This record gives sequence, C-alpha cells and structure tokens, in this order.
Amino acid sequence: MSQQYPALLVIVPLLSALVISAAVWINKRLCFPIAVAALGVAAYSSIGLLLRVLDEGVIVYKLGGWDPPMGIAYYVDHLNGLVLVVVSIVALLNLIASKKSIELELADKTAPFYALYVLQVTGLLGIVVTGDAFNLYVLLEITALSGYAMLAMGKDRAQLSTLNYLYMGTIGACFYLLGVGYLYIVTGSLNMVDIARILPDLYQSKAVIGAFIICLVGVWVKMAFFPLHAWLPNAYTHGPSAASSLIAPLVTKVMIYVMIRLILTVFTPEFAFNILAISEPIVWLACLAIVMGAILALAERNLKKMLTYVIVAEVGYMVGGAWLGNRAGMTGAILHIMNDALMTLCAFLVVSNIAYKLKGYAFDDLKGLVRKMPFTMGAFVIAALSIIGVPPTCGFFSKWYLISGAIQAGQYAFMVALLFSSLVNVVLFFRVIEIAYYEPFSDHHGHDHHPEPMDEAPLSMLVPLFIVAAGLVVVGLYTGDIVNHIIEFAIPKAIM
Amino acid sequence: MGDLIQIVVAKYNYWIYITLMMIGLYAMIAKNNLVKKIVGMNIFQTAIILFYVSTGAKRGATIPILEHGHGAASHVFHAVDYINPLPHVLMLTAIVVSVATLGVALALAIKIYNRHNTLEEDEILAQIREK
Amino acid sequence: MKIIGLIIALVTGVLLIGATGDFPDWADPASPASTHLSPHFIEKTMEETSVPNIVTAVLADYRGYDTMYETAVIFTAGLACFILLRIFVREEPGDRLYRHLLTGVTVRVKEGMELPPSEDFERIDATWTPPDLIIKTVCRFLIPFIQLFALYVIAHGHHSPGGGFQGGVILGASIILLAISQDLRTSVRRMREKLDAVLCAVGVIIYAGTGALCLLLGLNFLDYSALASVLHCDPVTARSHGILIVEIGVGIAVMCTMIWIYNNVSSTGKYDEGL
Repeated sequence: MSQQYPALLVIVPLLSALVISAAVWINKRLCFPIAVAALGVAAYSSIGLLLRVLDEGVIVYKLGGWDPPMGIAYYVDHLNGLVLVVVSIVALLNLIASKKSIELELADKTAPFYALYVLQVTGLLGIVVTGDAFNLYVLLEITALSGYAMLAMGKDRAQLSTLNYLYMGTIGACFYLLGVGYLYIVTGSLNMVDIARILPDLYQSKAVIGAFIICLVGVWVKMAFFPLHAWLPNAYTHGPSAASSLIAPLVTKVMIYVMIRLILTVFTPEFAFNILAISEPIVWLACLAIVMGAILALAERNLKKMLTYVIVAEVGYMVGGAWLGNRAGMTGAILHIMNDALMTLCAFLVVSNIAYKLKGYAFDDLKGLVRKMPFTMGAFVIAALSIIGVPPTCGFFSKWYLISGAIQAGQYAFMVALLFSSLVNVVLFFRVIEIAYYEPFSDHHGHDHHPEPMDEAPLSMLVPLFIVAAGLVVVGLYTGDIVNHIIEFAIPKAIM
Repeated sequence: MGDLIQIVVAKYNYWIYITLMMIGLYAMIAKNNLVKKIVGMNIFQTAIILFYVSTGAKRGATIPILEHGHGAASHVFHAVDYINPLPHVLMLTAIVVSVATLGVALALAIKIYNRHNTLEEDEILAQIREK
Repeated sequence: MKIIGLIIALVTGVLLIGATGDFPDWADPASPASTHLSPHFIEKTMEETSVPNIVTAVLADYRGYDTMYETAVIFTAGLACFILLRIFVREEPGDRLYRHLLTGVTVRVKEGMELPPSEDFERIDATWTPPDLIIKTVCRFLIPFIQLFALYVIAHGHHSPGGGFQGGVILGASIILLAISQDLRTSVRRMREKLDAVLCAVGVIIYAGTGALCLLLGLNFLDYSALASVLHCDPVTARSHGILIVEIGVGIAVMCTMIWIYNNVSSTGKYDEGL
C-alpha cells in the first residue's frame, strides 16, 4: 500500500467528498465523520510519503500506467513532501476545530459545506503533488471554485467580495494557462521535468521569456502579491470563519509553492536568476508589498481584516526570499511556507473562536476579552510572537534565514523592509493584546470587583488551537533538523 | 513589405486570438456592470481555448480519428496524416472549466441582485457605504 | 478605471504578441507540438488501446486523470450553485396566480390567503404565456429521440466525435427542454432533485471508482489494463472497455449537473417558478 501513497493522498479525499455529497440527501450525520476520516487518511499518506522520500529520494508515480511524458506523472521530492504534510495537517486540524462554528454560521447547509471543504483540500493536495503543468491548472480551478462557493456563504458583503475574487482568480488561472500554452507550443510537452529537459536550448527565445513572465504574473494574482492583492482582504474577511481559516493559511502558500516549483524545476534557477535578470525589480516589489501590507494593516480597526493584510505582507516575505537567488533566501522562503501556514491557522482559529462567542471582531468588541476567554487569548499571544518573529517560535527562524539571505545578496532594502515589518507587527499585535488584556470588558456596568465568568469556546475548538500553538514552538525548536534533512535537499545544488 | 506579409500570414492566428483575449480582459477590468464583466471573462477564456486549438492544426492533415479502425492491427498510421490531438483534449477540459466558472459567477450575481436590486458595481458600493 | 483597463490590456497584448515572435508558423507540420508527443499518440493508439478516436483515447486513458478532475470541476460547480442559491424554507411568493381552466380567467391570490385545492384551477407562473399546443406536443415527441441520440453520442465516442461530455450535455438539454417548453414544476416532477443530486455524485464516483478498482487490483490508479482480470479479456481491450465505463460515468455526471444548475439558477433556488 505504501507504493500507492501518492494516489491515496488525493483519491481518498476526492471519493469521500463525492460520498458526502450523496450522503447529504440520505443521512446528514455521516458527513462530518467521513470528512475527518478522509483528511486523516490524507495526512497519514502525506507523512508516509515524506518518510519514503527521505529514504529513497524522488518518487515518481505514473497515473494510468503510462510513462511520462505520454501520461500524467506525480513527482514527489523533498519540497513537495514537506508542503504536503503541512497542507494535510492544517486542513485536518481546521476541520475538527470548525465543526461548531460551521453549525452556527451555516444553519441548514452544513453537509454540502463539508463536501466543498474536502474538495478544496483535494485540489490543494493535488496542486502540490502533481508533476504535469496542465494537471496543475485543472486542480487550481477545483481549488478556486470550491473556495468561491465556501467564501460566498458569509453574510453582508460576502457575495460581492467573492465575485471580485472570482474575477481576479480567473484572470490569474487563465494567465497561467496561457503560459503553459506558450511553453507547449515551443517545447511540445506538458510534463514539468520533460519541459525542463527541452528548455535549455531555447533559453534565449522570446517565447520562453514571455511564457515565464505570463505564468509568473498569473501565479502572483492568485497569491495576492502587491499590487494584485486587492481581492484578498475583502474575500477573506467576509467569508464564514471555517472557510477563512481553511483558505487563508493554505491557498496563498500553495501558490508560493507553485512559483518556487516553476523557478526550481521547470525553468531552472540558471534561467530565472541569471538569464532573465529581473530578480532585483521583483525584490523591490516584494519590499513594497511588505511595507504596504504593514501600513494598510495599521489602518484597520477590525481584527480579521488586519490579519488579512498581515497575510499580504507575509506573501511579500516569501516572494522576496525566493527571488533573492541564494540558498539562505530560498531556505527562508520554503521554511516560511510551513511556518506561515501554522501561524495564520493559529491566528484565524483565534478569530473564529472569538466570532463563535461574541458576534463581532472589531477592536471595540475585544475589550477585556482575556477574562472571558483566557486560553484563546493565550494562543493569540503565541501566534503574535511568532508573526513578530520572537525566538523560539518558528517565525523567528524563517525571518533569520530571510535576513541572512538578504545580506548575502546585497539587497539591504529587503532587510530593512523585513525589520520594518517586524516593528509594525509589534505595534499591531500589542495594540490588540492591550485592548484584550487591560481594558475593562465592554458589557460591564461599573462593577470592577467581580471576576468575569470564563466563557471560553467549546473544547472541540480549543484543543486543535492548543495543538497548533504548541506546534509553533515545537517547529521552531526543530528548525535545524527540518532545514538540514529536508529543505537542504529541496533546493538544487546550483544555488549557492 | 514581402517580409511583413510573410510574418503576418505565418502568425495571424495567434495575433487575432490575443486581440480577442485583450478585449475580454479590458471588459473584465473596465466595465461597471457585473454581467458585462462576466461576459468579458467568458470572451477571455474562449479566446484562450481558440488559441490552443489553433496550435493543433497541420497542413494537409485530417481529423484525428483513425479510418480503418478495427481489424487493422497491421495497418500503419502516419503522424503526418492526422492533426495534433493533444490541444483538443486539453481544451475539452478548459471548456468545461469555463462553463463551471460561468455558472458559479452567475449564481453569485443573482444573489447580489437579490440583495441590492442593481447590477451596477458603483451603485452597489454606494449602497454598502451607506449602511 | 477604463484608462487603467486600457493600459493593462495594451501592455499585456504587446507582451503576448511580442512573445509569439519565436513561434512556429501556423499549421507547420514540423512544429515541436506536432513532433514531440503527438506522433506517439497517433501511431500507437490503435495498438495500445484499440480505440480509433484518438482524442477520446488521450482524454480518457492517457490523460484520464485530468478528465476525472474535470468531471469533479463540473460537479463542484453544480454543488456551488446549490449551496449558494437553494432555499429550503417553503415560503410562498407574495402573490400567486391561478387560472380557471374552463374559462381562462386568471385569479390573483394575495399573500397569506389560500386557494383550496381544486381541479378547475391550475397554478401558473408570473411569466406565463398561453400554452402553445404545437410547442408542447413537438417537444414531447422530440425529447425521447434527443435522449436516444445522446446515448448514441456517448457510446460512439470510440469511433466518431463524441464521448461522455458531449452526450451528457445533450441528455441534460433534453430535460431542460421539458422545463422550457412546459414549466419547471413538470420537469422537477420527472427528475426529482434528490435523484438528480445523488446521480451527479454517482457519476463521478463511477469514474473515480473505476480508477480505485484498478488500484485495488494491484496496478496504478486509472490503469485500465488491471480490469482485464475482471472483464475476462486482454489488457488492450480492457483499456477500451475501461474508457467506455468512465465515459458513461462522465455522461451521467454532466447530465445531472446541467439540470441541477439550470433548476437552481432559473428558479433562484425556490424550485417553484422557472423561466
């Protein structure tokens, strides 16, 4: 069975999503257990796959039994393996934590929501594990469509925000498809490794340069890289809590993985960094993204929207780190994919706990929250420390790699932007912590002496939150092992 | 001049489809009405589909259905006689994806219309700002 | 906004056209796209899968994995329209219109009032037009033939242009024709919502399930030659049969999704009055 992990990883969630949507009409109570079981199998397969990759090296799985490039093949190497584990575990923890929140916010449509949830996770896992450029486009669309449907289930402005997300997302996916088309026209192949084999003779051709730029712009639109980020804050803020806490940690990070895959595997680093010579403008753009994300976050008085602008800045970290062109920067970017997914999950789970108990998450609603929900706010403090970059949480280590990469590449502007962003994050998060810890609770009628009764979120929402918060510290402590055993092999030897 | 005509004849299919794509892209960005944006999206995606399909053409070749089908295990087929089937296969997928996106976009537009009673984006934003 | 749109469109267009400078000429038989992968598909399809229609062979066998996700995409769209639009609360629309069958008089029943069920009155839509006998009768005759043709298209995907998607859309169109020529309530009576939704999932399960069956029989996912032991034939014919099975699954899924999307969108989720 371990030979079939690459297939099980994606097939079991897909089949379960279909069974759940049939179960909607037959027996609604089966939907949640099937979803959890499916994501559990996916998490187990992804961990098993990573262990196999650590033993054997790159794994090739031929779908349909056809050799690539005739058929579609999966290539699993260290980079994929790590991101797969992150995606499947984040999705599983989020599902368990969001059950109560889904039942509260989506009264009679909880069962189809689980089907869309598992479909989205299928799409994300498929994007990470595939080795075929066109297959990636189809999976991108599954992820996108199920994401649109989930995010549009929110209230008020959710539908308009989602429609704007749909327009931008479609432009991004179509640009990616155009890029793949250009590559197909000049190479004749759709398989990533095969294209990489044929391309070196064609590096000077205008079509290849055009293809790279179009693919890159398409992926940038989908990951909300400034200035193409306008859709992200509204779409993620107005969606239901369970949807936001699935999509926010994962979708932008998987797009960053796609960009890194394009740089490292399809168009080799020699083309991307040396021949194309656009690394410097991109790093400047990343600095701009970080600074603008930080400034726009400062202007927000709504916790969830502030966090979405923090995501925009984090995307800037990763794009800048990948384009620094050296090993430390790329290590920082890949490490940050994992760390940022965990940090964002922790922060959004906190917000969904708050939304479950109170009815809003504007700053004014958070006054004195620590008395009512001490555990949730404790986890929020850990997430805040990680986003700021305080050791021993994981956020510190990825920032460390990014800064050392920036110094090594001579891109001091990027280093300054990273430090500026850390300072702004301190202001952002301590503002929230101060309101939650030191202001009297807003419902008070003047009695300061009575301790507030603790009205914490239910246990099913708290336990995953603790696991993620503890994970932030544990992953930080084990960073050395992760970098030396996994990420070191994910980056080709050509990059210094 | 002869050179220019040579280039145009060789590449005019790509240029026409890129122009169509840009018309669709312009509609998506610049128009105010939600349904016009959706129409622009459809034009954009359809132009990409046409672009791909045009790359499969082959001078002097016929459709990719083998003539002497069964009982012809010994019949040899030459690749020059049949056009490239792969873009057609890819675009079957792209057509389905474009229809699916269209369906979801229209469902969202219906919900927005039910709520705001208008499809013009500036009026909707004005209504939201008032609340 | 218009100027920004114009600038973006122009810049992108110039970039794209500039990149076509190195493209092979149109319809050049020696282009990389025509000489790298497609000769293998054209020359080897018959001996590897025994399906004369190369497009179907590539779609459902060589690149069958993509097609499975494509079917999942269309299913996701149907599910998305359902979850967004469907309203289960049975709130009657404000004013209902009833027509007296014998005299043709239309009665408007105001919100909150009830008309006792009676054989002389039929419920009509707000956009009702007098029933055209020709349209109703012709459509009723045509629909079975349309469905028969659709089944032909699915089954002959191996030998002529066609296949699961095309046949599925025609099947869906036949039911939608019933909804358009008569009214939505008639077509919903024929093809109930629950059956429709479950069949939609079943269609995609057939596809993924065939692949999973191949996995359980020992080969890789979607490797139809594993079906040789189940179907008692040689691996090449097993591939041909495997393609047929998945095409049937695709046809069912596409048909049900088309009907599902039409029902939800045209009645905005209430399933009472269509177009």
